Amino acid sequence: MTAARRGWLARHGRELPPAAALAAVLAGVLLVAPSFFGAENLRDLAINNAPVLLVALGMTLVILTGEIDISVGSMFAVCSVAAGLLAKAGLPIALVPIAVAVVGLALGTVNGVLVGTLGLPSIIVTLAMLVAWRDALRWATQGAWVQDLPADFQWFGIGPAAAQVIIVGVPLLVLAATGWALRNLQIGRRLYAVGSDDEAARLAGIEPRRVVFGAFAATGALVGLAASLNAVRFAAVPSNAGLGLELQAVAAVVVGGAAITGGRGTVTGTLIGVLLLGTIGTAMTYVGISPYWAKAIQGLIILAALVADAALARIERHGGLLGRGAVAAR
Amino acid sequence: MDDSAVVLRATDVTKAYAGVQALRRASLEVRAGEVHALVGENGAGKSTLIKILTGAVQPDSGEIALGGETLQRLTPSAAKALGIAAIYQQPALFGELTVAENIALGLERAGRWGRVDWRARRERARTLLARIGARIDPDAEAAELSMPQQQLVEIARALGADARVLILDEPTASLSKEDTDNLFRVVRELRGQGVGMIYISHRLEELPLIADRVTVLRDGTTIATRAMAEVDREQLIQLMVGRELSAVFPKRTVPLGDTVLELRHVGCSASGVRDVSLAVHAGEIVGLSGLVGAGRSELARIIFGLTPADSGEILVRGRTVRIASPREAIAQGIAYVPEDRRRHGVVLEMPVSENVTLAALGTISRFGALDFRRERELASEYATRLGVKTASIRSLVATLSGGNQQKVALGRWLLTKPTLLILDEPTQGIDVGAKSEIHSLMGQLAEEGVAILMISSELPEILGMSDRIAVMQGGTIVGVLDRAEATPERVLARALGERTSEFAALAATGAAPR
Repeated sequence: MTAARRGWLARHGRELPPAAALAAVLAGVLLVAPSFFGAENLRDLAINNAPVLLVALGMTLVILTGEIDISVGSMFAVCSVAAGLLAKAGLPIALVPIAVAVVGLALGTVNGVLVGTLGLPSIIVTLAMLVAWRDALRWATQGAWVQDLPADFQWFGIGPAAAQVIIVGVPLLVLAATGWALRNLQIGRRLYAVGSDDEAARLAGIEPRRVVFGAFAATGALVGLAASLNAVRFAAVPSNAGLGLELQAVAAVVVGGAAITGGRGTVTGTLIGVLLLGTIGTAMTYVGISPYWAKAIQGLIILAALVADAALARIERHGGLLGRGAVAAR
Repeated sequence: MDDSAVVLRATDVTKAYAGVQALRRASLEVRAGEVHALVGENGAGKSTLIKILTGAVQPDSGEIALGGETLQRLTPSAAKALGIAAIYQQPALFGELTVAENIALGLERAGRWGRVDWRARRERARTLLARIGARIDPDAEAAELSMPQQQLVEIARALGADARVLILDEPTASLSKEDTDNLFRVVRELRGQGVGMIYISHRLEELPLIADRVTVLRDGTTIATRAMAEVDREQLIQLMVGRELSAVFPKRTVPLGDTVLELRHVGCSASGVRDVSLAVHAGEIVGLSGLVGAGRSELARIIFGLTPADSGEILVRGRTVRIASPREAIAQGIAYVPEDRRRHGVVLEMPVSENVTLAALGTISRFGALDFRRERELASEYATRLGVKTASIRSLVATLSGGNQQKVALGRWLLTKPTLLILDEPTQGIDVGAKSEIHSLMGQLAEEGVAILMISSELPEILGMSDRIAVMQGGTIVGVLDRAEATPERVLARALGERTSEFAALAATGAAPR
């Protein structure tokens, strides 16, 4: 029993602080501005954050391996435009999300080859891709939106109510599937092993390069899916979608308790992170704090999460915040 | 020579790392204008003693005195300020900086506003280099210099810091004959200038050329200090190994089976291993002995596909194979427990159960999905069989003691049912109890027909556990000794570089007669 509890704590302990923070925010809003919990507001929040959740799930995989992908925002923009163009070219709307996920997979594969196969540093590679995709898209579209889309593009042609179920439902299904796979499939175990200690994983017969490649490729596909689900909310596709998305995704994963150095983190944590960062801005408006503060507070939350992570790691390693750790570091 | 000439004295220094006694009662005295050789086997405590003398490590007890003054809590910067400098085998210069800049680092006080007086800096470098007779351009980038030249720059820097004691740690290990002679000339020069030098080397034959006295360390204790002229090579080896086999090794004789691994002239230019021929049979334990840097771990890494061989042939169970990655090695039935398990032998942040099954995920999977119940059963079974002391198989491996971590690492590989098990320093730094448990396990595995290749720096372990002992030196096997003929002296003599064609021939044929 104690062992089982320890196992649960080891797996989910890092999700508790952000979960508590989320609960505190929601409780505070409930007291001050209960209208926040109106159906319409909640629906808006869900729809706005569903694509972020998909991207953050991909980011979770990448961060679990100890890497980072800051090109997701630009890939999101490319995939959004691809969704519009494919629909315009006559691809049946039902196939657009799948096709765009394949486009995303291709983009992610580029990152995967550069970081995984060639072993280049992910922060530089994806920074380059962030700029490259964004500027390539700007050049190709000249800033123009994709317009005159088929009539069944917006809301998949099935109306907002039904489409919104898909837009929110698919990310939740992907969340469940990713969580299950990370825990129950060999590839999940390998991902955690590579993130914890890639050399040890290699010595155990795992090929870290392939695992990292896979994480980047999967992230690309998820970005593509997210972009298509997001695009159908509107009658035209902007050529500058996903600005700052990389920050939202990385922040959600880190706030959700994943270690930025890899090997630790769960999709549940990422969901909590997305919810916390996604609701705090709106919640502030309801409580009457100027929305200008929203970004600053989000920044503070990210910082708090990093500090908490470092403190936790220190306690685990040295049995205290100060003291023996200081000696060992000397 | 009178006592006042003693410049550095270490008295009864002790040091333990996590329960392992590195130094018991080590003493050493160095006189001004003396070259004092320090010798001992791997793990005798030389490095720890040097670390203490340079302030990198604090001793648990004992006294260090410099020029008659006792030093309290020596730190690296204090040691440097007091004139204790160390030169290591691999020079530690900043490659991007010039010679003059490297020499200036840590020596110069910045002028007002941190202004650098380039002329003075260059001049000083030139003077110091001239003092040791080195013709090196102060404006050259350090990275452009040859290794021996870089060493000379380091010595010049030490002189600039007014070194009274200069520690030379294996300075000639990778030098040519000519460069060695040149270094010796510099050392003699410094001796004439009154610098006291501690000279560490495994090349016993060069000690009479350069050293005045020699101190022998064994198991962390100073065994003897002699005038160099009074001892010969054989006596030194005797002093270095002269101990009884304290532990009883549970070695059982097992009838040998087929050849599991055969290496034919295997080499890897990247890791410096060349022309290695060796065979390991089912049920046999082959010990791989040699000094640190002889290429033992490098050979293991070749067999396991970490740094694939680029010459020669590897045969597993009679079939020529190419092993390009650990995954392929595992597929061939090879298992490898690396040295330094804390870093890579186990994944510290994973539970015991997940560590045990990591290399054999296929055996606990059904239709690609992990079967957690089977994982628990297998992990418990192997943890029990190996006697892993842990609160639960769900505890993180990081919370276990070193010996138990090593058992977890072993358990992982037993689960893969290997036909060849490579163990790199399997009992290094673990307590006596766990050590003998691992030894009996090795005996058991050999009985079950596993071929074992064991790397160890501990001579008693090598002699006690091995059916045959292959001794490596300079990246190749220089001798294979049968269990019956192996003595500490013979093994060490070969490890220190005595090559006989007889043994080379024996190594090439693979199987030695039992």
